[in-house]
Amino acid sequence: MSLSELYQDVILDHNRRPRRYGQPGENYASAEGTNPLCGDSVTVFVRTEDDRIADIRFVGSGCAISTASASLMAEAVAGKTVAEALALFKHVHDAAMGAAEPDEAMLGEVAAICGVREFPARVKCATLAWHTLKEAIEVAGK
Amino acid sequence: MSDLGLRDAFPLLAARPELHFLDTAASAQKPRMVLEAEREFYSERYANIHRGAYALSVEATDAYEGARARIAAFLNASPREVVFVRGATEAINLVAHSFPGGWREGDEIVLTEMEHHANIVPWQLAAQRSGAVVRVVPVTDEGRLDLDAFGAMLGPRTRLVAVAHVSNALGTLNPVEEIVCRARQVGAMVLVDGAQSVPGRKVDLAELDPDFFVFSGHKTYGPTGIGVLVGRNDVLPKMPPYQGGGDMIAKVSFEGTTYKLPPGRFEAGTPNIAGAVGLARALDFLEETGLDRIEAHEKALAVEARGRLLRLEGVTVYGPEDVQSGIVSFNVAGVHPHDLATVLDQQGVAIRAGHHCCQPLWHRYGVPGSARASFGLYNTMADVEALIEGVQAAQRLFS
Repeated sequence: MSLSELYQDVILDHNRRPRRYGQPGENYASAEGTNPLCGDSVTVFVRTEDDRIADIRFVGSGCAISTASASLMAEAVAGKTVAEALALFKHVHDAAMGAAEPDEAMLGEVAAICGVREFPARVKCATLAWHTLKEAIEVAGK
Repeated sequence: MSDLGLRDAFPLLAARPELHFLDTAASAQKPRMVLEAEREFYSERYANIHRGAYALSVEATDAYEGARARIAAFLNASPREVVFVRGATEAINLVAHSFPGGWREGDEIVLTEMEHHANIVPWQLAAQRSGAVVRVVPVTDEGRLDLDAFGAMLGPRTRLVAVAHVSNALGTLNPVEEIVCRARQVGAMVLVDGAQSVPGRKVDLAELDPDFFVFSGHKTYGPTGIGVLVGRNDVLPKMPPYQGGGDMIAKVSFEGTTYKLPPGRFEAGTPNIAGAVGLARALDFLEETGLDRIEAHEKALAVEARGRLLRLEGVTVYGPEDVQSGIVSFNVAGVHPHDLATVLDQQGVAIRAGHHCCQPLWHRYGVPGSARASFGLYNTMADVEALIEGVQAAQRLFS
C-alpha cells in the first residue's frame, strides 16, 4: 500500500488537466452523482447515436481520484458502444472493489484508478463517475 | 505547555504510538478510567433500573441517577434538568419534536450559517410539518456570527434561536450569553449545541442560562450512544413526551395515560445505563485534568498549527484569527482535502476532510469543504509537527 500506487502519474495528470471537462450544448442526456459522505459531485453528459456513445462530457468538483477517474472514463468510453461502456463499468467497479483482478488489456490507462483497491476509504471516489455514467446511459435510453 | 502527559491514559493511543490522532472533534478517544467504569458497572452492579424490587436494581439505579447528578454538577445545573439521550443529535430532535407549545405557522426558528447538520435538519423537519420558518444568521469572512444581522432577525415571531457554542468546522466560540440575552428580550428561547464546547472548556449553565443545552458523550471522552439534553426546570415540564414506552409513564390505561415528570418523561425504555456511568466518569477525568488547563493546551496547539500552516504557501485557514478552541480548519491550494487526508494518513496523521456536516457553511465560503485538524487533551506539539510535515509532503506530491 503505497501512495505512488494510488497517485500514479496518469492520475495526477488527469487531475491537473481533466479531459472532456465542461458542459456541452443540447441533445445530451445527463445524470448527477454525489457522494453525501464527502460532498463530491459529478455530472456526466452523454450523446448517443445508434447505441454508440458519440460524445461524453463531465463537470463537477471532487478530489484527485474522482476527477481523474471521471476524465479517464470519459476518454475511455467515447466512441464505444453502450454495451462496451457498461461492460467496462462493471469491470472497473469489480476491480476497484477488489472483487476482480484488473484486466490491463481491457482497461488501458483506466487501470490506474484501480490503485484505490488498497485504500478502502477512497473506493467511492473512484467509482462515483462510473455509477453516474451508467445512470446517464439509462437516461439516454429512455 | 505543549504536553499534558495524558497519552498513556488512553489504551488505544498507547497501543498505537505511531498514530497522530487529530480528529477529536469528530469523536474523542476513551481514557482507561471510562472503559474501566463501564466494565466495573457491568461486572458488579448491573441490572435494569427503576425496578426497585431487589437490591441490585437499586444499586444500578443509584449508579444511573448518580451519573445524572454528576453531570448536573459538572454543568452547574439541577439533576431534574438533565435528560439522558443517545447524543446531541437526539437531544435536538427531542426539542424540535416536543417544543413547548408546539410549532405554529409563521413561527420563526433562527439558526446560524455555521451550524452542524444536526442543528439544521431537525428544525427544517419541524418547519415543514408546521409551516414555521427557518431563518439563518450569516457568518462573516473571518468566521464569526454577524450579530447585527442576528439582532435584525429577532422579532415577535421568533420562538427559538439554535446556535453552536463552539463551531465544529471553524472553531469559533460564539457569544452565547449575549445571544441568550437578546433572544430573551423578544421572548424567544435558546438552544445551545455544546457538542464541541463541553470537551474543551469550563461550561457553567447558570451563567450562560440557555433554555436548552445539548452535548454528546462520545466527543467528551465518554462512550458512544449516550448524550445529554439539559432543559431549564421551568421549561421541560411544559413539553410533551418525545417517545412513548416503559419507564416514562406515571399510569397507563386505555382511557388515558399520564406521564412522569421530567426528566423521566423523556427517557422511554431502558436507557444506556452503562453509557451514563461511563460519561460521568469521563467528566471526572476532565475535571481532574482541569478544564482551564485543557482549554489552554488545546488552544496552544491550535495556535501553533495555524501559524505554521499559514507560513506554508497556498494554505488558507478558516475561522477567527484569535484562536478560540482546538479546531483548525484549512485548505491547501491544488490539493483536495480528501487527497490531503490520504497522504496524511499514510504518515500516521488522522484528520477529517470534507464538509464536516456543515455544507451550508462551505457553500458560503465557496469551497466544497476543508481539511480539519482538531486537538484533544492527549495531543502534543509532535502531532502538530507531523501535521505540518504531512501537508508539505502532499504539496510536493501535487505540485
